[in-house]
Amino acid sequence: MTNNLEKLPKDSFERITIDSSHAEKISKPSLNFWQDSWLRIRKNKAAIVSIFILLFIVFMAFAGPYMNEHDPQDVKVTHANLPPKIPGLEKLGIFDGVGKLGSKTVNLYELKKIDTYYWFGTDSLGRDLFSRLWKGTQISLIIAFVAAVIDVVIGVIYGGISGYYGGRTDDIMQRIVEVLIGIPTLVIVILMLMVMDPGIWAIIIAISITGWIGMSRIVRGQVLKYKTQEFVMAAKTLGASDKRIISKHILPNIMAIIIINMMFTIPTAIFFEAFLSFIGLGLQAPEASLGTLINDGYKFIQYQPFMLFFPAFVLSLLMIAFNLVGDGLRDALDPKMKD
Amino acid sequence: MEKIVEVKNLELSFHTFAGEVKAIQGVNFEVFKGETLAIVGESGSGKSVTTKSIMRLLPKSSTEYKKGEILFGGKDLLKISESEMQKVRGKDISMIFQDPMTSLNPTMTIGKQIMEPLLKHQKLSKSDAWNKSIELLALVGMPQPEMRMKQYPHQFSGGQRQRIVIAVALACNPKLLIADEPTTALDVTIQAQILELMKDLQKKIDTSIIFITHDLGVVANVADRVAVMYGGRIVEVGTVDEIFYNPQHPYTWGLLSSMPSLDAGEEKLYAIPGTPPDLLAPPKGDAFALRSEYAMKIDMEQVPPLFKVSDTHYAATWLLHPDAPQVDPPAAVIERMKRFPGSRYHVGIAGGDR
Amino acid sequence: MAKYVTKRVIYMFLSLFLIASFTFVLMKMLPGSPLASAAKLSVEQREVVYEKYGLNDPIPVQYIRYMGNLAKGDFGVSFQYKSADVTTLIVKKLKYSAILGTQAIVFGTIIGIVLGMIAALKQNTVWDYGSTIIAILGISIPSFVFAVLLQYVFAVKLEWLPVGLWEGWKSSILPSIALAMGPIAIAARFIRTEMIEVLSSDYILLAKAKGANWFEIAFKHAFRNALIPLVTVLGPVAAGLLTGSLVVEQIFAVPGIGEQFVKSIATNDFAIIMGTTMFFSVFLIVIILIVDILYGVIDPRIRLSGGSK
Repeated sequence: MTNNLEKLPKDSFERITIDSSHAEKISKPSLNFWQDSWLRIRKNKAAIVSIFILLFIVFMAFAGPYMNEHDPQDVKVTHANLPPKIPGLEKLGIFDGVGKLGSKTVNLYELKKIDTYYWFGTDSLGRDLFSRLWKGTQISLIIAFVAAVIDVVIGVIYGGISGYYGGRTDDIMQRIVEVLIGIPTLVIVILMLMVMDPGIWAIIIAISITGWIGMSRIVRGQVLKYKTQEFVMAAKTLGASDKRIISKHILPNIMAIIIINMMFTIPTAIFFEAFLSFIGLGLQAPEASLGTLINDGYKFIQYQPFMLFFPAFVLSLLMIAFNLVGDGLRDALDPKMKD
Repeated sequence: MEKIVEVKNLELSFHTFAGEVKAIQGVNFEVFKGETLAIVGESGSGKSVTTKSIMRLLPKSSTEYKKGEILFGGKDLLKISESEMQKVRGKDISMIFQDPMTSLNPTMTIGKQIMEPLLKHQKLSKSDAWNKSIELLALVGMPQPEMRMKQYPHQFSGGQRQRIVIAVALACNPKLLIADEPTTALDVTIQAQILELMKDLQKKIDTSIIFITHDLGVVANVADRVAVMYGGRIVEVGTVDEIFYNPQHPYTWGLLSSMPSLDAGEEKLYAIPGTPPDLLAPPKGDAFALRSEYAMKIDMEQVPPLFKVSDTHYAATWLLHPDAPQVDPPAAVIERMKRFPGSRYHVGIAGGDR
Repeated sequence: MAKYVTKRVIYMFLSLFLIASFTFVLMKMLPGSPLASAAKLSVEQREVVYEKYGLNDPIPVQYIRYMGNLAKGDFGVSFQYKSADVTTLIVKKLKYSAILGTQAIVFGTIIGIVLGMIAALKQNTVWDYGSTIIAILGISIPSFVFAVLLQYVFAVKLEWLPVGLWEGWKSSILPSIALAMGPIAIAARFIRTEMIEVLSSDYILLAKAKGANWFEIAFKHAFRNALIPLVTVLGPVAAGLLTGSLVVEQIFAVPGIGEQFVKSIATNDFAIIMGTTMFFSVFLIVIILIVDILYGVIDPRIRLSGGSK
């Protein structure tokens, strides 16, 4: 086949010694779980963009209400139902304060002789919608975040105890969950809200009352999986206490799944808050949330569509961003997807 | 002898996020009518990829055929259209996969799955295909084939499923059967049964087999010829006897020394040091040199060509170059070579029986 | 299998019992009078009314009577609707909700399956991205926001479709589309993931090795395997539709159960709230039970191994 060999220099055939440890060299730098996950999520453009959108919305939710001179709850009837007017943009023919009065299209700011700017317009009581929007976003975010934290805390504790101790305890706790899981969330939430005094806490409690069940089931499953694994057995054999096993061996391993689920709990809570406020069971005036703002806006959909547009847009953006970050985290943290 | 398939100078790469993986870097071999060629090598050596490229089963989006041709029945399989290829698959060339637990469609009765190639390639009527399928099931040693036809895969054991997969593969009397580690996922006793079955069937229908495995014990049992792959290349090819009793490549030596044998006594089993080469950045020269205690300067610079040992035996190692120094293979290998007439360690006393 | 079903049915009744009791307790704790117009009644008139509805009986007696009636399928009578029978009222309103729900779920899952299939078969192409974007929007944007936007564009701006009153089937188009967004998104995402997983499985490779063409691979082998698990998400889909229907019906003035429920909340109509709550609960619990059993029936792996137990 290949016997017409070219002449090779004699010294080519000198024996050399290969350091065999060289062959064992690990070329990739070792990364811990979180570093590895960060490298993965960094590649997910949608998730990264969403993180920035979320940061922006959170920033605006806290800074927005102070960005102009109007207080979100200031009622000024003479300034009612004004369309948006933004300095700078007004010269371009958009956001110039032109709106409908009856069937005519006029500049309402000139008509009413108002020389201040309402960036996103005003509602029927003359409240500034820009500061109300961000105040409302703030309330919605707080409700969602607190509800999600409560869900996680109860869910992790309940699921953890049930899974870790097992046996009788697990049996009883799981029978309870099986009955509770049959109850439609929506129904319970609505009933709860009818009984409690309306307010932020009523909504938070109503959302968390069934919200923790899903988390507890996931945590239980994970704990069951890890507690029979060799490294936990080994720790037990070496005399580690339950507390140490849970905090040092099990929790770090299920952290990722808890975080992923929390990322999906938050938008669910935001949705429920908006939904309840929209059907009139949520916050009461003069408090604002994204749901109440959409409800207010909906009443004026024919004449002042912007009143609906801004809160609906922020709500949708929040939901999309949270879902995308959640998806990104799941792909990044889920070891099953590891290539 | 008639060549069934001939792979010429095949080069192939995968494009991944990390970069170009040079999975196959110039592979040549042929399979003759009625013979079994075993391809041996560790995971990542390119043995599965080579055979999947014969079937063109590699993902189109990431695979690039860089060079070479695969000649089958006068046609280059790399050049024909996808629909022509579909007529070859399952009819002229068929394949058995490693894990019988996952290679059958869980929601389709096994009867339908066996009938599929018959209906498609042989244009049989439904009832003819049904009867032929029952025959096939009986042929692969499935008891009560009529009743079994209507069952789903989960109702069969692993060994039975592999028999079904073999029945599917043999449905159209293929000229070439590719078996990709068909016994790896099975219990040892079942392995032996499946191997017996395959040998038996090969005699009956006179098909050629490419048998991929990393288990040298299986190779000795089934193969006529053996190709040893390492780092995307064939490093040694020869008849079973030549490979087992007169190996020339240090990697083959390593493989043979790491094989446990009954008469080896209490000796510690040999392990080849290091890890297979990173095909994202293949090393210059002989890919095995970094793990070899027989490495020479030239190994670091140039890829060794295939040197001829006999008409059927070739090995790609610079040790076979006329200018290379004589080296002694590991003791266990010398023991083996003593029994092979024609090897330089051959001693006549054993009387040729082995 | 039979044992499993029995167990599930027992849990179902336990859940329902709990909901019924919980509803009853909450209703008794509710602030505000059950008779919205009670202030206008004289003390004697109020007594007559209270007596008539059994509201003067001790609470345990009311509880037992309420539970007994529920068991018979009697949800009581409405205080607002001229003493209308709640069960009859629900049945009457059910028609409209059922039209919307069925349209949304049929239209939604079909579109969703198509989108998911396209995305999986044309992975990492414009088709895939497009269908993924639709799925993300459908999952993220609440149905009432969709409903409001649809109403604004098609009814207010373009004036293509009627707004604010029910004028037969034409009026059901927009609310059905708004409700279908959820099922579309869930089905599309689910089918895409399932299809991708199935397409990368060994048996698809074997089917290819048998010489199957693209069409046979996608439809004969992959589709069925990807479709079966879709049944499992029908439960959440139904729950989502129910939630959505409350507001969507209100926005489009559909005279269905959801709209009735929201109205009753505003007017403190206990009987209707309790009746509807129970109806919703039974509906969801039964759907989830059916889905679980159905899954066992259509998947041969579960069907046969479960049957032999």
